[in-house]
Amino acid sequence: MTINITMAVTLAGLYSIGFYLLMQRSLMRVILGIVILGHGANLFLQVAGGPPGEPTFVGTALIEEMVDPLPQALALTAIVITFAMTTFLLALAYRSWALLGHDEVQDDVEDRRIAEAELAEQESEDETPDGERVAGFEAPEAPESRPGEDHEEARIR
Amino acid sequence: MSVLVALPVLLPLLAAALSLVAGRSPRVQRLLGVVVLSVIAVVAAVLLVHADQTGPVVLRLGGYGPPFGITLVADRLSSLLLLVSALVTLAVLIFSIGQRITDFGRRTASTAFHPMYLVLCAGVSLAYLTSDLFNLFVAFEIMLGASYVLITRRVTAQRVRPGMTYVIVSLTSSLLFITMIALVYTATGTVNLAAMPELIAELPAGVQSSLALFVVIVFGIKAALVPLHFWLPDSYPTAPAPITAVFAALLTKVGVYALIRTQTLVFVHNDAWAVLLGVALVTMIVGALGAIAQNDLNRMLSFLLVSHIGYMLFGLALFTVIGLAGVILYVVHHITVQGALFLVSGLVTRHTGTVSLQAMSGVARAYPLVAVLFAIPAMSLAGIPPFSGFVAKIALLQAGAASGTPMAIAVTAGAVLTSLLTLYAVTKIWVGAFWGPPTEPLPDADPNDDVTVGTGSTSAAMLGATGGLVLISVLIAVFAGPLADMSERAAHDLLHDEGYRSAVLGEGNG
Repeated sequence: MTINITMAVTLAGLYSIGFYLLMQRSLMRVILGIVILGHGANLFLQVAGGPPGEPTFVGTALIEEMVDPLPQALALTAIVITFAMTTFLLALAYRSWALLGHDEVQDDVEDRRIAEAELAEQESEDETPDGERVAGFEAPEAPESRPGEDHEEARIR
Repeated sequence: MSVLVALPVLLPLLAAALSLVAGRSPRVQRLLGVVVLSVIAVVAAVLLVHADQTGPVVLRLGGYGPPFGITLVADRLSSLLLLVSALVTLAVLIFSIGQRITDFGRRTASTAFHPMYLVLCAGVSLAYLTSDLFNLFVAFEIMLGASYVLITRRVTAQRVRPGMTYVIVSLTSSLLFITMIALVYTATGTVNLAAMPELIAELPAGVQSSLALFVVIVFGIKAALVPLHFWLPDSYPTAPAPITAVFAALLTKVGVYALIRTQTLVFVHNDAWAVLLGVALVTMIVGALGAIAQNDLNRMLSFLLVSHIGYMLFGLALFTVIGLAGVILYVVHHITVQGALFLVSGLVTRHTGTVSLQAMSGVARAYPLVAVLFAIPAMSLAGIPPFSGFVAKIALLQAGAASGTPMAIAVTAGAVLTSLLTLYAVTKIWVGAFWGPPTEPLPDADPNDDVTVGTGSTSAAMLGATGGLVLISVLIAVFAGPLADMSERAAHDLLHDEGYRSAVLGEGNG
């Protein structure tokens, strides 16, 4: 069995670009990622049929020289399906943009709540020893002005 | 006889087209949906009896023979799941019609809902019946395409993002599915599941394992196995109650079914299966702990759904007849129970107006019937005797203990622990939602969308549909003996697949 290097490299490129875009924050890039990934998958299905050959019409060529028609039929079906799903996704993205006014992927609310709770816990832990130390020494700085804290809060916001 | 196999796919598709045409006449739409799903249930019952007594029922589409043509096969497993799914979809449809009539009156039409719901049913049926890998992909797409529409129908600002997550994750898994088909075709030169095992067995061991792993990942996203489950608790709870119920009951189980079918039929069982046992354990524990951490009723139920997918994977990973029999029993039990729980959650939120367990209380005193409808499936989910969950769990635990490897014993212990954690989670729901003094329903936070909560009203149809599902789950426990025998025969078919393969490949009753 021979391997078509050009096809292999093209497929690797399409899949990597697709997955890279899929992990972006902007919804439009995610959709482009899906589209490119879809192209990659459909091309792969096509490549699965083996090397190029004669078209599969009875009587036009020897059977040994014909390509395998099944992956072509499968790829055709898969292309139609990915096409339809992409259209739906685009419509949904438009709806989402119309409703929300931006196309950034939302933060996970649950995750932020956990992070906030953790931060609040840290603050209360930090404050208790500080309060005890106050007795003999100068009062510590207000927690807001601590470096790093601002960064943390900004991230959570 | 063989033409019956096509009906569960063809009827809902045709009815969906008719339903779309009759979009202005809600009565025709409702009647069409209920009649078609009832007919499918009857057909599935006939197929089940026939498959059990005389072997798989086969239909070659278009008369093309194997390995080129597409073959539909109803063996014991397929027709059993088909029957349960038809009953659940029917109950959910009645619930949904009842809800619609209660909220908006008898005359309002919901044009897109009925056709899409029927298309979803057609996709589910096709996924159970097909014996062709590519056709399975098409079935998944029919099912998912309809589910995209159902989950994003009349979205509002709060619901559009979860819907988006669902669509993008499902699309990604579909594209991986195409990749998997391409890989399998490159390796074997066929997409016929029955013709595949011999060809797969000739491949080098490494190629076999990577193909098997790829299949697990593709269907694992669908079935929400733990490293791949993140999308589920984020997207399911936002849809209206009946839609969440049908998704939770069926869509993940179709993933599990595809996993069972491909792993038992196509791939050779080897040492790499210990990985699956590990995944099963992690799925059970993470799902149950995730559920306990939630305050949102629907999110909690979604995490419990993830957790119990672990049980099904556990039985599959054991790869013994009793293990697989346990899985089949568990899938049947879980489809009805999870559907019922989400419907009850719909009833509860209509009375409380919120999904927050902290904000609601006293449903048991105000609406004792709803409390009973919750208590039975909840205890069943936790595996308390004498309910259906106990029957299914004991079968899996026995299979785990019988297999005897250290890993299997560890997962069995994990399964018992998960059972207790599930009990804790449902107790938390009970204490939060059902005990205490009754409260006035809170106003609907998002009145424009399809998720109607806090109206305080339910109708006989909604209660009846939920009650029907609960009754089915009780009946599963009552007829546990015959059902367990049937599951065991189905599991035997799965492990000794000559019958299935000769039915698909042989000349047979074409």
